[in-house]
Amino acid sequence: MNEAIVEVVDLHKSFGELEVLKGIDMSVRRGEVVCIIGPSGSGKSTLLRCVNFLEEPNAGRIVVNGFEVTDPDVDIDRARRGIGMVFQAFNLFGHLSVLENLTIAQRKVLKRDRAEADAVARKNLEKVGLAEKAGAMPAQLSGGQQQRAAIARALSMDPAVMLFDEPTSALDPELVGDVLSVMRQLAEEGMTMLVVTHEMQFAREVADKVLFMDDGGIVEEGPPAQVIGEPRQQRTKGFLARVLNPTHVPVTGAET
Amino acid sequence: MAMSRRKRAQAFRNAQYAVLVLGIVAVGVLADWDTILQAFFNVDAAARQIPAIFTTALVNTVIYTTLGFGLGLGVGLVLALMKLSSVAPYRWIATVYIEFFRGVPALLVFIALGFGVPLAFNIRFEIYSTAAIALGLVGSAYIAETLRAGIQAVPKGQVEAARSLGMSPGRTNLTVVIPQAFRIILPPLTNELILLTKDSSLIYLLGLTRDEYELAKFGREGLNATNSLTPILLAGLCYLLITIPLGHLSRYLEGRAGRKQEQGLKVTA
Repeated sequence: MNEAIVEVVDLHKSFGELEVLKGIDMSVRRGEVVCIIGPSGSGKSTLLRCVNFLEEPNAGRIVVNGFEVTDPDVDIDRARRGIGMVFQAFNLFGHLSVLENLTIAQRKVLKRDRAEADAVARKNLEKVGLAEKAGAMPAQLSGGQQQRAAIARALSMDPAVMLFDEPTSALDPELVGDVLSVMRQLAEEGMTMLVVTHEMQFAREVADKVLFMDDGGIVEEGPPAQVIGEPRQQRTKGFLARVLNPTHVPVTGAET
Repeated sequence: MAMSRRKRAQAFRNAQYAVLVLGIVAVGVLADWDTILQAFFNVDAAARQIPAIFTTALVNTVIYTTLGFGLGLGVGLVLALMKLSSVAPYRWIATVYIEFFRGVPALLVFIALGFGVPLAFNIRFEIYSTAAIALGLVGSAYIAETLRAGIQAVPKGQVEAARSLGMSPGRTNLTVVIPQAFRIILPPLTNELILLTKDSSLIYLLGLTRDEYELAKFGREGLNATNSLTPILLAGLCYLLITIPLGHLSRYLEGRAGRKQEQGLKVTA
């Protein structure tokens, strides 16, 4: 079996009194696509943000791409170069053009020269279908285009793993498809991906493994056909019923 | 008889015009125009101010203001960074400084610096230093708050995106936060400069030599010499010569900052 690119051991995270992650163990192997699903407040995004240390865990061990990011002496900036992150709110740099968004970190962090950074950026813009938007400012793009540019920005650093934090949640429904297509294409190319998402169809069709999280823990994990198709846990069933068939949920008595 | 909505609005507008015309006529008839013209528009008195009001007073006002603004910008930046520091005592010190100098009248600072400090410590600054320090003290407190607000107005997601691309905190500030904060800050900063330009008039009470006169003092001396309000009016117009273009600059920068993000740029990278 392939080596683990992401390894999380007994991860705990609290915000003040509130314990958000209550001992998470998980791993992502090279080339694997892992989707994390679950109700809001279950700790999915926090788990993802701990993986590249945007949130500092209270306890536990996280190793990504050979870097132990939880080690206080690790060079976290160096570790993050290999971890692409895509945010719900895109977070493109508003003062830079699309092309500059893709080249700035290549040049300042990886020290690539302008020609090389440009070439890498244009290749990735092509890949996400935005080749002709290189000169545009982020605010001129639609949400879906912004998110695809953000994916291209992360790809331009040649990451070993890509983290997606609800990448389509801020998009108008008709723009979700473009972003999911790009992600599906990435998965087919063998990119290692850890995806927090509410898109059940994407998880079902693209994921190698699905984790269902609730109340700060992993309730159920396995191949999508099992976790989404034939969930074993009551909490998983309840969540999926509400997500997949939202108009048939009883208003009272729904399990939370 | 009830009036229609349109008729009532029209009648009300007509009444307002009537009051305006009456007021203008009353002033025109009752005012002592000879005296007024003699006071404000005395050509002889005006001629005696020129060219020194431009070559000395206006220039000095610009110099005092620029020195004060420069110092205020430097100290303000340090204070803003202190206010954003993770070390609590730095935040406290910056807060006390800012609250103090925003809260006390600029006049008091000038008196303290011009008369109090020389008396207490037996040192005398030359006038340019006094002006720079006094205006810098007052300006830095306001500028610090402007800078802090601008830096904080850059969304946290921008920092997270930069850090997740492997940029160090310093690199993130330099390439992502400060350029975006700068665009937010420029218009209010221009307003600080306008306020400081006007505050520079307080230097007049420090006892200036003729070469050190700024606009307010120059106007005051002109008043004494000519017994006419004209020099004061001229001095006022000179302030407008500085503040009105600055105001336009501020609005222009504000508009450009907005447009640049929306319209896109020619990519040279």
